[in-house]
Amino acid sequence: MLLYALRRLIYLVPVAFGVSLLVFALVHLAPGDAISAIVPPDAPQEVVEKIKAYYGFDKPLPVQYFRWLTVTLSGDFGTSIGTGRPVSEEVGTAFANTLILAVGATFLSFTLATILGTAAAYAKSRLLDRFVTSIALSGVSVPHFWLAIVLVIIFSVELGWLPPMGMGPDNATGWRLDGAHLAHMVLPTIALSVIPLGVMTRTVRSTVKEILNMEFVTALQAKGMNDRQILLHVLKNAAPTCLAVMGLQAGNLIGGSILIETVFAWPGTGFLLNSAIFRRDLPILQGTTLVLAFFFMLLNLVVDVIQTMVDPRIKRA
Amino acid sequence: MDTLLPVTDRGGPAQPLLLATGLRKHFPIPGGLLGRTTKVVRAVDDLSLSVAKGETLGVVGESGCGKSTVARLLIRLIKPDRGSMVLDGDPVDEPHGITVNELRRQVQMVFQDSYASLNPRLTIVETLAFAPKAHGVPAAEARDRARDLLAKVGLEPSNFADRYPHELSGGQRQRVNIARALALRPRLVILDEAVSALDKSVEAQVLNMLVDLKQEFGLTYVFISHDLNVVQYLSDRVMVMYLGKIVEIGHVDAIYGNPQHPYTRALLSARPSMDPRKRTREAPIQGDPPNPIDPPSGCRFRTRCPFAEEACAKTVPVLADTGAQSVACLMYVPGSGHSRAGRP
Amino acid sequence: MTFQTPSFDIAAPPTVKATRASASRSYWQSVRRRLSRDPVTVICGIVLVLIVASSLAAPWLGLADPYKTSMIRRLYPVGSPNYLLGTDELGRDMLSRLVYGGRLSLFMGVTPVVLSLLIGGLLGITAGFLGGRVNMLIMRTMDVFYAFPSVLLAISLSGAMGAGADNTLLALTLVFIPPICRVSESVTTQVRGFDFVDAAKASGASTLTIVRVHVLGNVLGPILVYATSLISVAIILAAGLSFLGLGVKPPEPEWGLMLNTLRQAIYVNPVLAALPGVMIFVTSICFNLMSDGLRAAMDVKG
Repeated sequence: MLLYALRRLIYLVPVAFGVSLLVFALVHLAPGDAISAIVPPDAPQEVVEKIKAYYGFDKPLPVQYFRWLTVTLSGDFGTSIGTGRPVSEEVGTAFANTLILAVGATFLSFTLATILGTAAAYAKSRLLDRFVTSIALSGVSVPHFWLAIVLVIIFSVELGWLPPMGMGPDNATGWRLDGAHLAHMVLPTIALSVIPLGVMTRTVRSTVKEILNMEFVTALQAKGMNDRQILLHVLKNAAPTCLAVMGLQAGNLIGGSILIETVFAWPGTGFLLNSAIFRRDLPILQGTTLVLAFFFMLLNLVVDVIQTMVDPRIKRA
Repeated sequence: MDTLLPVTDRGGPAQPLLLATGLRKHFPIPGGLLGRTTKVVRAVDDLSLSVAKGETLGVVGESGCGKSTVARLLIRLIKPDRGSMVLDGDPVDEPHGITVNELRRQVQMVFQDSYASLNPRLTIVETLAFAPKAHGVPAAEARDRARDLLAKVGLEPSNFADRYPHELSGGQRQRVNIARALALRPRLVILDEAVSALDKSVEAQVLNMLVDLKQEFGLTYVFISHDLNVVQYLSDRVMVMYLGKIVEIGHVDAIYGNPQHPYTRALLSARPSMDPRKRTREAPIQGDPPNPIDPPSGCRFRTRCPFAEEACAKTVPVLADTGAQSVACLMYVPGSGHSRAGRP
Repeated sequence: MTFQTPSFDIAAPPTVKATRASASRSYWQSVRRRLSRDPVTVICGIVLVLIVASSLAAPWLGLADPYKTSMIRRLYPVGSPNYLLGTDELGRDMLSRLVYGGRLSLFMGVTPVVLSLLIGGLLGITAGFLGGRVNMLIMRTMDVFYAFPSVLLAISLSGAMGAGADNTLLALTLVFIPPICRVSESVTTQVRGFDFVDAAKASGASTLTIVRVHVLGNVLGPILVYATSLISVAIILAAGLSFLGLGVKPPEPEWGLMLNTLRQAIYVNPVLAALPGVMIFVTSICFNLMSDGLRAAMDVKG
């Protein structure tokens, strides 16, 4: 098991290398020459010099890449063009804010999906099954940024129950556990959880249904086991499949939060990324993309290892 | 005009149709921290055999003993790590010999799983016409020939030609598979558990058909099966395999009438008898076959052999002629050190 | 001799009679038949055809000019005389813009999937059929793209390349190549393991012929089903990019962009602001249901 985790970790090295290459290439995807793409025309001379020194634009591409890689690996992600603050600081704060939303949405969607999906799989009445399937379908089909707007229209504009944007009172950029901050969290969390809710409900429903049709369930019933005990067996068997999908969804949630954060002006990585794109703040764009990609990679690794631990059928050495 | 003529005999009846020498296939298993190959499955280890023209060579052994690997090696679906093959005097895949493609024209194979071996998206006639078309036979002629072949395997062409595999029964599908193997007019047909998945009554029909087809087309068979009765019914010679090696080979009557290797004896006594007085009371062999990744030293059967002695762990027994058959066992090698062996 | 299975004496009948006399149907024929009998798929198909047809035929439907602005007729509510669905923040006719918007929105959603189906499918089938080093090279490259959540990859790429429909198409195509490639690779690897492929190899046919006759027919179905399930994702993602201002540029009518520009109107005319999203939602649901129907009709697992 430990060996497997270690091997997966080693395998991540070439992938991470490729990821860094792609992120580095982002700057050179920009139209026109790289300096003018990064530096706004009205930038002060010292900023321009700083950028030039950081990227080493006068050197050939491979040299530039390895310079960038070594600097980045040492924890220096460069300086934001917009704010002049170190990228690592900006991204760090934003990432923490994104995580708050993501954790909330993950928790909400996975709990609901497990309940709804299991209920639908067990449902004797077609109505309940239809209801859950429709929710799942809507979840995967709805443009979540539009749903966010609709939520704002209903709960902020019309009803005035919840704040339409921001993370807390007075343009807060840090999070605290109090009523005002929680109220700000409600709408973005709901909007962010619809897609994983849809995907997970589908997965849980079909997996549980498939397992219910297996012969061992009939055997358990014949043995005289009660429904609650059987449910436990079923869920245990459904766990590995569902966990794998959940892991992917949790990662995609971070990506999906970009649009939601923009709608709600939530000061997370998505909001940061979006504003960086419009200020053509490429160091921020690179830094954010890199951090999110690495987080996603590690998350997948963890899910993979957990799945191996949960599923006795997978024996990996 | 027929563009795909049967290959005529070249070396005369005394020359073996197929001669395989020292075939070896080890499958690597990735392992370790960086996924390097650290272990190998010794599926087939230094195996030599010859198939005479017009005979049926039966191959028996437990599952996992390398029977199917041998089949796939003989038709070159997998490339041997070592060893050479000669088809009617022509070395295969060597400078002055014949190509692998030419080998495959003369050697064909019938697979066990009748469903997986038919493309579900093609009609029966399309499946049968595929190989001749690939060899340059015009499409119309290939289809005509496919219909003829269907009739030969007992399937009414007008009824079956345009059907899909899922519309056929297991026995019918296996007849199609046999027809496909015959489409290129091969000389040697390898039947890898070709009837094992069929119902007993259907199996009998297909076996009888195989006997008839052999006669009609002058075929040679390598018949692989775990069913000892069927092998006995069909074979002229029988080869017994254990963990990738031949333990005994000889005429069918010798093998079944006077088995010499302890493994062959165990296999044969494991057959359920039709006579209730000859009931098998004890399991003739105990346990599972050892792991082919790390086979026992010396004789590979020694871990399950009732006669195993110290000498068996040291010396790898080679096939030795004992008169009617050849056996790879130290008990038949004088001076081998085994207490039951005679002195030199 | 213990051989005494009596069944061997049964002579094979000269011909085995067919059990069913009905005409054989090819796989695709039966898929089509099953699809046409599924009411949900049929309804979704009709709705999609209506949306596509109306957007294509928009100039001949007698709609108002979707670009014509008017400072005095801004943000008319739904149901206004002459403006059935009201007007947007620049006084343009909403109905007209929603109908015309289907053109770009659908194009931006479907094109990347088609392109990545071609490229990813080709790469995946190649990797799956050839295996070994080729597989390693292709699939490990895909893993790099897999390390990004799809939305992040799309936004970072088009963010770096700059706004514009062409860059969005390029970014979305890049986003969808890896998943299609991965699915293609896995079904091809599966099909390659079937005995009928071995039988085809044993017949001496060339690799290209084997792939054409034996592999493609069996892998295209599942790959296609998977690709259709991506269309709704692509439509939402394309609209999302436009919503962020990264996709189509104003004043083009496009549902995602319309959602963006109408955001300021949520306090004045909230229903209006939500309308373009309804279009995306309906289209996306229809594509999802069609994909489900196709999956069921083709009996593809997963």
